[in-house]
Amino acid sequence: MSVNEQVLSYPIPNDAALDPPAEWAELRSQCPVAHVKLPSGDQATLLTRYADVKEVLADPRFTRQLTAPDAARLSADGGGVFSSEFAQIIPDGGDEHQHWRRLVGKWFTAKRMAALRPAMTQMAEKLIDDMVERGAPGDLKAALGFPLPVYVICDMLGVPAADRDRFSYWSDTLLNLTRYTQAETEASQTEFFQYMSDHITAKRAEPGEDLLSELIAVGEPEDGGLSNIQILVTGMGLLVAGHETTANMIGKMVSMLLADRAHWERLLADPSLIRTTVEESLRMDANSGFGLPRYLREETEVSGTVLPRGTTVVCSMAAANRDESAFEAAAEMDLTRSPNPHLAFGAGAHSCLGQALARTELQVVLEVLLRKLPTLELAVPVAELERVEGLAVGGLSTVPVRW
Amino acid sequence: MKVVIDEDKCCGAGQCVLIAPEVFDQRDEDGIVILLESEPADDQHVLVREAAAVCPGAAIEVSA
Repeated sequence: MSVNEQVLSYPIPNDAALDPPAEWAELRSQCPVAHVKLPSGDQATLLTRYADVKEVLADPRFTRQLTAPDAARLSADGGGVFSSEFAQIIPDGGDEHQHWRRLVGKWFTAKRMAALRPAMTQMAEKLIDDMVERGAPGDLKAALGFPLPVYVICDMLGVPAADRDRFSYWSDTLLNLTRYTQAETEASQTEFFQYMSDHITAKRAEPGEDLLSELIAVGEPEDGGLSNIQILVTGMGLLVAGHETTANMIGKMVSMLLADRAHWERLLADPSLIRTTVEESLRMDANSGFGLPRYLREETEVSGTVLPRGTTVVCSMAAANRDESAFEAAAEMDLTRSPNPHLAFGAGAHSCLGQALARTELQVVLEVLLRKLPTLELAVPVAELERVEGLAVGGLSTVPVRW
Repeated sequence: MKVVIDEDKCCGAGQCVLIAPEVFDQRDEDGIVILLESEPADDQHVLVREAAAVCPGAAIEVSA
């Protein structure tokens, strides 16, 4: 049956850990604006072409108001992070969003990231030493991929890394669209909210040099700062965003590079390719998760199809990133690809706030792994790598390696 | 080569600074792009074009 004749289930089931589902190419060429059925049973419109995804993500008519009464629910038990009422506290668009973005964005400049690099490198070296000491095979995700970004974001927010198990659980309940019941998700969010609320009260009393303390120091909204609840939700958002995303990407990137040994060898011979390799890994990530949902406030047209007001659109950046009309030899991993305008971080005013941080972490991990463990290899056949199911952000359950 | 930036479109992703630090910088107070060279030297042209192509806000315009 062709993709035109049925309502596809979304996310599209896919057993291959690193390869895209066959439906993507078919959708892009034959059905770029497709009806899909979400885990909740509600219908949405899936976009898979590069040009469409890029345009919609940068178009303010496609809002993030997934709590609207007629917006599609992503899963039967609420929609996790996308439908959280917390998400609505950060301004969605216009001047207010830009103001928020700039207050927080100053913490993620290229210069700040360059300054963090030496500490990140040390941390990566230490984590790899610990993994080597425990002996092969090791799980690169648990040993390095997960802890590194968590330590970094905890440090930026001034929260104790010792509480990281709790953060991981809270993140997971927000990001997993299917594993938890609504009651579990709500209880977890209440706990997380209380934790962050106490943390911010403590920072008000005793400021540090972290992002949250400085957001507090800017003052109240009338002084150009953020309200207490906005600071709180910003802290929650950054903590969640700093968890699963880069943590999973580290495992996927290294797996992709080891799956074809020629890539790893090429990087060993020429580490100057690290920067473009990180971008190409982000582009090639076929397991990036749900994509970005948007809610349409007014009727509009995409690729010649009229979308009525109230439509929920899902942008598959991962499918768009393999669009042959945007990338030459799109199915091939080319470590020298440049420019590489992939959409892994979204596009437009809402593109990932932490992208410079993610890039720096991925570059550091790759640089340190190549230097310290040049003989690194997957300890299982690629076919045995398993996806984590149900996450808004895709990943591998483990990344077994030896060296 | 002439480079023009649009501060309103800039989302502070920092890609331009990572790719062409001799041409672009970011303001410390909000991460918004600063154009250091509006007519960059020849050896910067490839990098500037790359920065413009990957800017998520499409905030960099390059002519000639």
